[in-house]
Amino acid sequence: MVIIDDVTLTYKGATPAVTAVRGTSLTVDHGEFAAVVGPSGCGKSTLMRLVTGLVKPTEGTVSVDGALVTGPVKIAGMAFQNANMLPWRTVIDNVMLPLEIVEPHRSRFRKHKAEYRARAEALLATVGLAGFGDRFPWELSGGMQQRASLCRSLIHEPALLMLDEPFAALDAFTREELWCVLRDLWQRLHFTVILVTHDLREAAFLADTIHVMSARPGRIVQTKKVELQRPRDLDICFEPAFTDIVHELRGKIAEVRQA
Amino acid sequence: MNRLTEKLAPWLFTIALFVIWEAVCRLFNISTITLPAPTAIYEAMVKHWWPILTNSYVTLWTTMAGFGLAVIFGLFLGIVVGWSRTIYRGLYPVMIGFNSIPKVAVVPILVIWFGIGEVPAILTAFLISFFPIVVNVATGLATMEPELEDVLRALGARKLDIMLKVGIPRAQPYFFGSLKVAITLAFVGTVVSETIAANKGIGYLMTLAGSSFQMPLVFAGLLALAVEGIVMYAVFAYIEGRMTRWAFRSSMNTAP
Repeated sequence: MVIIDDVTLTYKGATPAVTAVRGTSLTVDHGEFAAVVGPSGCGKSTLMRLVTGLVKPTEGTVSVDGALVTGPVKIAGMAFQNANMLPWRTVIDNVMLPLEIVEPHRSRFRKHKAEYRARAEALLATVGLAGFGDRFPWELSGGMQQRASLCRSLIHEPALLMLDEPFAALDAFTREELWCVLRDLWQRLHFTVILVTHDLREAAFLADTIHVMSARPGRIVQTKKVELQRPRDLDICFEPAFTDIVHELRGKIAEVRQA
Repeated sequence: MNRLTEKLAPWLFTIALFVIWEAVCRLFNISTITLPAPTAIYEAMVKHWWPILTNSYVTLWTTMAGFGLAVIFGLFLGIVVGWSRTIYRGLYPVMIGFNSIPKVAVVPILVIWFGIGEVPAILTAFLISFFPIVVNVATGLATMEPELEDVLRALGARKLDIMLKVGIPRAQPYFFGSLKVAITLAFVGTVVSETIAANKGIGYLMTLAGSSFQMPLVFAGLLALAVEGIVMYAVFAYIEGRMTRWAFRSSMNTAP
């Protein structure tokens, strides 16, 4: 689904020029849940921008869904650390925003608004926001806004979901709750996910494969398959197999931070 | 302080200002030529109510005409400037330079071009009031969150989509906020022009009254201007509140 082949990206605008990632290779299969972890400032977010075609690699190639990425990919849903809701739109209108942009929904949107609205409401219900559609984002808590943001990134049923530390700003309980929300959505809809995070437990709980990045300039130094059975329950976080994975990853990150 | 006193506060302070003014004038026996007391101004207002009213009307409509032009042009230029970084960087120094020119200096040129009358007043009001609108609209567009732009671009949105869905709605509070500033500046522009080259308007009336030392009438003109300014400000503050309620509400609850 996603193939990053020997990619280097240098931001030339900065003085001196900053190389965010160097010689990075990464493959994500169709329907796979991949997580990228690494020390802060290692170019994880740059990796996301590369995959979605928002920046072009200085060297190497990125291909998504069999095609070489040359511009914005148009099939990706994105969510960030901040929910980035538009405060002048109601929650449901925020969620429906991608439908106003992505074809074929774009040209059908006006005529079939009721149908799309029902779809958005159903999606909101699956993340526990039934009945909140007509509220404004500022009337919602941070965790609820983040749920809505997740809905917005999924409403157009993207083949690829890119998540850039989406739960980092939330409290521990809300975060774990949203892990389960994301897990259930993924198991139901089977899209491909690339989750950038610095939370190792989050990566181990959700992902099939975890890629560890080195400090800047970032590259993938380790790829770890998570062999825990699915569906996973939150209690798994306290099993030895799980903690072993987290422990191992932690060791690796400590090592690359030193280097 | 309870709610009633809070509501009455603007009136109480204004009345207090006039009372102190009156008291100072009487206490120190200040001549009417230097500083007329409010009662003297009131007398002049009653006596000359018709010229004050008609000239106020001229000042009001020329101001609104200039302001209207400034809104249209300012909105357009603001969107152009906010559209791309290159245009922003290229046009900004020119606009700053233009804005630094005292508009008094431009009035004689306008008079040569358009003759004495309402047109120079309208144009001066326009020239002085479009700048804050441009700057605010451009700022509103330029300060869009990059993540938000990324979300839309990753969906294949064109620049126009991003502007229509995010940029322009997002710039609305900036735009409506700038109208309050612009309308008061527009009055300054009109009156400056009327003072120099006009045969109608409050500025003209004040110059005329001043040259014959009718100081109470000059001050009556000032008061009429102040009232017009306050009323128009209030109108646009109300419109701002109505149009961009979300901006006031959401700023209370800063994101997660």
